[in-house]
Amino acid sequence: MADHSVKSSNGHPQDFEVRILRQDGPGQGSYWESHRVAYEPDMNVISALQRIAAQARTVDGKGVAPVAWECNCLEEVCGACTMVINGRVRQSCSALIDRLLEDHPGEIVLEPMTKFPVLRDLVVERSRLFRALKRVKAWIPVDGYYELGRGDKQSQAEQEVAYPLSQCMSCGCCLEACPQYAKIEVSPLPGESSEALQQRRDAEFDRGFVGAHAISQAMLFNAHPTGRMNAAERLDALMDEGGLQICGNAQNCVAVCPKQIPLTASIARAGRATTLRMFQRWFDC
Amino acid sequence: MAKKRVMVIGGGLAGLAATMKLAELGIQVDLMSLTPVKRSHSVCAQGGINSVSDLTRQEGDDESKHFDDTVYGGDFLQHQPPVKEMTSWGPKIIDLMDRLGVPFNRTAEGYLDRRRFGGTLYKRTAFAGATTGQQLLYALDEQVRRWEAAGLVTKYEYWDFLGPVQDEAGVCRGCVGQDLVTMEIRTFPADAVIVASGGSGLIFGRSTMSMVCTGSAVSRCFQRGAKYGNAEFVQVHPTAIPGADKLRLMSESARGEGGRVWVPRTPQDQRDPKSIPESERYYFLEERYPKYGNLVPRDIATREIFDICVNEGLSVEKDRQCVYLDLTHISRRELDRKLAGILEIYEKFQGVDPRDVPMKIFPAVHYVMGGLWVDYQRTTAGGLNIESPRTHVTNIPGLYAIGECDYQYHGANRLGANSLLSCIFSGLIVAPAVKSLLESQKGPEPSSLLYESARREHQSRHDALLGRRGGKENPYLIHQELGDVMTRAATVVRRNTQLAGALEKVNELSERAQNCSLSDTGNWTNQNVVFTKALLDMFPLAKSILMGALARDESRGAHFKPDFSMPDLKATDPAERRREAEKWCDWFQENTRQWLRSTIATWDGNNPVLSYEAVDTSLIPPRPRLYGLAGAQIIDEVWKQRSQAQAGAATGPALSGTAAAS
Repeated sequence: MADHSVKSSNGHPQDFEVRILRQDGPGQGSYWESHRVAYEPDMNVISALQRIAAQARTVDGKGVAPVAWECNCLEEVCGACTMVINGRVRQSCSALIDRLLEDHPGEIVLEPMTKFPVLRDLVVERSRLFRALKRVKAWIPVDGYYELGRGDKQSQAEQEVAYPLSQCMSCGCCLEACPQYAKIEVSPLPGESSEALQQRRDAEFDRGFVGAHAISQAMLFNAHPTGRMNAAERLDALMDEGGLQICGNAQNCVAVCPKQIPLTASIARAGRATTLRMFQRWFDC
Repeated sequence: MAKKRVMVIGGGLAGLAATMKLAELGIQVDLMSLTPVKRSHSVCAQGGINSVSDLTRQEGDDESKHFDDTVYGGDFLQHQPPVKEMTSWGPKIIDLMDRLGVPFNRTAEGYLDRRRFGGTLYKRTAFAGATTGQQLLYALDEQVRRWEAAGLVTKYEYWDFLGPVQDEAGVCRGCVGQDLVTMEIRTFPADAVIVASGGSGLIFGRSTMSMVCTGSAVSRCFQRGAKYGNAEFVQVHPTAIPGADKLRLMSESARGEGGRVWVPRTPQDQRDPKSIPESERYYFLEERYPKYGNLVPRDIATREIFDICVNEGLSVEKDRQCVYLDLTHISRRELDRKLAGILEIYEKFQGVDPRDVPMKIFPAVHYVMGGLWVDYQRTTAGGLNIESPRTHVTNIPGLYAIGECDYQYHGANRLGANSLLSCIFSGLIVAPAVKSLLESQKGPEPSSLLYESARREHQSRHDALLGRRGGKENPYLIHQELGDVMTRAATVVRRNTQLAGALEKVNELSERAQNCSLSDTGNWTNQNVVFTKALLDMFPLAKSILMGALARDESRGAHFKPDFSMPDLKATDPAERRREAEKWCDWFQENTRQWLRSTIATWDGNNPVLSYEAVDTSLIPPRPRLYGLAGAQIIDEVWKQRSQAQAGAATGPALSGTAAAS
């Protein structure tokens, strides 16, 4: 775009345009809006969105409500700021403006994730992610929190397998990229209480695909000396409706994971474990 | 009697530890958080969690030394019984977290590995890579999810705490919250409310803290009568990566694993740092502090880095202040095993691999030692009575505070890897305290009118903000100005003229903020109005920080006032040096008498009012904090002689003028 090619003496643009797919609320139509942001060194998408919130004015000078988005840690450990940036799902805090402009000069395009219902603008409703962790019982079932001595010894090799899986921050990138993960949007019925809505929503979620992140968490806990004691329950959950069998092995999940978690290795391990579990269930009958 | 309910505000380490322990005790918990709790700021803690271990014990370490390091590191400004109790719980807290599945790093034999952190000579710190906070938080998050599945915990995520609900007697009977999606304001009756809302770094604009760390929940309790202790004590972390949106933490563990801080001896030496020979590098921490080297306590490391750049002009870059933090002498394999998480952050945000090139870092606001005043009941042995309903209660009955938002454990300066401990510890011990409170509660439930009028009050504040027309001020720009003023006047070096000027400016900003106009006046996911409310609530805390700092004419821990600090000893003649040391100790005694007390702020409706509280120093008598001071040895000698003389003459706390048992 000609009007954006103006560069200051150090080779950086003076400003750049951010085109955002906005939506005012659930079930409403979406629309594009462009904002111009003055260039500063070391910017990321978050700092660009902060400038946009402070300006609250489009490229045409029209006063608008600030764009809504989610963020928290800004260090890529909390998982809050996931969005689709120039067509790719990722964390917006680690999306550096310099890099984005190198790949796509003059303009940055921001869209909300498509696999979750939009609440507003770039904010989506991701409670299904956490619901999936409940489905696979992603926890260590300890006796309690009184003093019961230390945990089991573990080898360095075991720690080095567990630690990467345990870095999953429930950001949802793997789900956005997954061809088998379909959006579930449950709208409130007239007069429905929020508890009733939540119940109906959870029931829908529980029928949908659990997703790569939850499969990987199940494998994390099944490898733990105490977690292993409930391995069968987690495998049963993965063999239920919306479980492992939905995975089409597209391997997109592992490609987009910001933490480079070996999700496909977890899925393969889950495949072997559930096969064994299936035989075990036959013999138990 | 209706079933008892407890409301927990905040789902970081402290809030989650409290929630899971309350659930274990059979108590129904509501958990309110601005974000899904798994995204809380605790995930940013990197380095580790401290406790004595079987190994350090055999090197001469024990709980009393961890206690002493914490108190000495905090410059004696914390009540000692809670600290004693916390350090004695250290080993069992780490055992618990190990059982909960935290993937701590292991030794070759399979035990927990440990690293060394600042302010101690022992390798006490257990760690999970360089994302220990994240790993600890996840373990607690998983336990709370388990209780949620079992029906004992109800989460209110994306809810903003607007304030406590108090009855005619001032007792906290629940709280008011706002749904950040629908903007609905509603009340939550509760038999106790526990605030675990973390720090307030956003008052300083950019800091190492997450975007939810506005301090608003604390401020809302403060404005309702809760006392706020030691506001002026704000930790500036020595090593952060400067950024446009945030100052990202570079963990102390980088130095714990052998990282060295240096600058070229030639100012702004343009050479590739790796080609600068050893003789032309100034390892200023190692030279100035031979005993602790790069692992001096944080306040000292911060001041030295600040001094090297600002006063000595030795910053690595000309336009930007920074020093090198160098890991390049350590093998890649070792770095990847122990520090991968933080090195990736540097690489990701700076585009340079710190395994090959020294990092460039500078201090940043990191942690607030101050917080809501909380009570405790000491045992005769000097520990805590855990069952007492007084444990961690604020001065508002029924309202508790734990974690970073209380003032209890870190005094004037927090030691690295002690906050994860204090957060989990306070979360675990508040549960039996609250249980005792619930068991002692009698009398009728409050009337629904109480809740309705509280709701209406917050609703009208909200509606008034949305309805305000014609204001010219932009909340985001006012926040920037506030951050600039606070960072300039109230961080590393504090001077009374600057503090007074800043207070005036903050008062003015606070007035101007009343005229903020909102660019979003809708009632659906309105982040604009939520931010504006949080901004308005920053001013009471900002004023408390500045007033506390202005009034405190001394240097203690993170609060450094060069105009009121004692100089190093200068004399070389032994007799003269001895006289100087005597004089130094006289000064120290006088300063202790005058200033070893906590600042307590209360809100009068418009401004903070300060008073002071004696500190319980009955277990470890205060002594000069002498890390790296010229003449430390002779001062130490003189001090010990005096202490012994005094101990011989009387029993009780030696030389601690203000010590008082609480």
